Amino acid sequence: METYYNPADLAKFGKIGDFDKALADKFFSYYNEVFKEGALTAREKSLIALAVSHTVQCPYCIDAYTTDTLEKGCTEEQLMEAVHVAAAIRGGASLVHGVQMMNHTKKVMM
Amino acid sequence: MKSLKASGHPFSISTLQLEHLHAHRSDQFADRMADAGLHPLKPTRIEIFQINVGKMCNQTCKHCHVDAGPDRKEIMTRETLQRCLDILATHDIPTIDITGGAPEMNPHFRWFVEEAARLGKHIIDRCNLTILLANPKYYDLPQFLAKHRVEVVSSLPHYTAVRTDRQRGDGVFEKSIQAMRMLNEAGYGQEGTGLELNLVYNPTGAILPGPQQELEADFKRHLLSEHGVYFNKLYVITNMPISRFLDFLVVSGNYETYMQKLIDAFNPSAAMGVMCRNTLSIGWDGTLYDCDFNQMLDIKIQDAPVHIDHFDLDALTNRSIVVDQHCYGCTAGLGSSCGGQVV
Repeated sequence: METYYNPADLAKFGKIGDFDKALADKFFSYYNEVFKEGALTAREKSLIALAVSHTVQCPYCIDAYTTDTLEKGCTEEQLMEAVHVAAAIRGGASLVHGVQMMNHTKKVMM
Repeated sequence: MKSLKASGHPFSISTLQLEHLHAHRSDQFADRMADAGLHPLKPTRIEIFQINVGKMCNQTCKHCHVDAGPDRKEIMTRETLQRCLDILATHDIPTIDITGGAPEMNPHFRWFVEEAARLGKHIIDRCNLTILLANPKYYDLPQFLAKHRVEVVSSLPHYTAVRTDRQRGDGVFEKSIQAMRMLNEAGYGQEGTGLELNLVYNPTGAILPGPQQELEADFKRHLLSEHGVYFNKLYVITNMPISRFLDFLVVSGNYETYMQKLIDAFNPSAAMGVMCRNTLSIGWDGTLYDCDFNQMLDIKIQDAPVHIDHFDLDALTNRSIVVDQHCYGCTAGLGSSCGGQVV
């Protein structure tokens, strides 16, 4: 069945360089640098990536960073907590706009 | 749970496993080794006699490369064990690594350890922990092992019960913790006693293991704070795509992805340090292999007599190690051996 997302395409990510090698090289060089151990551990960065993957709802990223966090020694509990962080921020981002709604309501209503 | 052999599973036949490994991949392991200047792979020197004293085990773990279990009856005889001792007495091979199955279920286990200790060799018992609680006759094993200064290497796939039990069976984690307590009480895992208790981590699924140092820190922190038990080192091991783990990969639809992951992670530095270069694997019937995985695939050594009765150290030292597609498991990422990561 043909679908917009094909799991096999994840492995072809590197091939985006076929159309523009210079920019792809710059991107992957930056990407690899970002995920190195730094002030944050590689494991912490991977958990952040997993949470962001859910926020941007990227199936490739979710598969990749689920595997990556598990390989880096995270537990299922830690993975789910990271997803809840993403959900809380997304939910909170909607809800905090309720203040704007309330402000406007108070302005226009008697 | 029955062993693959007892349930008549196709993967209990080694040739069918190899056919499966050959059918799906064009990236030949031998070619990758040749590109790395490591083919044919030669031994450094034989430092470890890894003796598989039998396939009988009190557990039936889902990932077991031996397909061990209570229904397996293959057991090394006292005569074959004596033959090993005779060779060890006359050759400079410093380490005896006893594995199984549950090695302690071999009726000659204690006698063999006593004799091996008399030779002044470093002895490793690959103990599954729960055997210490399986029968009253094993309750004093921690003291016995401590008396003979045996290094204990034990599988504990995770510091959580859920992950460990998923791989090794219900209730195994709790029993493993009790067994670790017994070993700690006998002096194992304590600074200064010289009694080494090392744990083995292998992933509970179709993923590669993470860095050994980080996982060891996690295991130590959780096991001490949550269960009050301690150990020396954590050996991180990659699951080989053979036997029950191969079956899991195929049934769960992870086989292709996992093999590709191993292939993509091929690391020449890890390949330099693979354990088959300094280890000789001896099967329960005295047949010689390059490693325990080759043993389970029935891939015998080449260029030297294939039975312990005709042991020829010179020929063995000069032989070429037999490699196949499963060897990608030992050369992926930071590498994998019975002593953990190799890079």
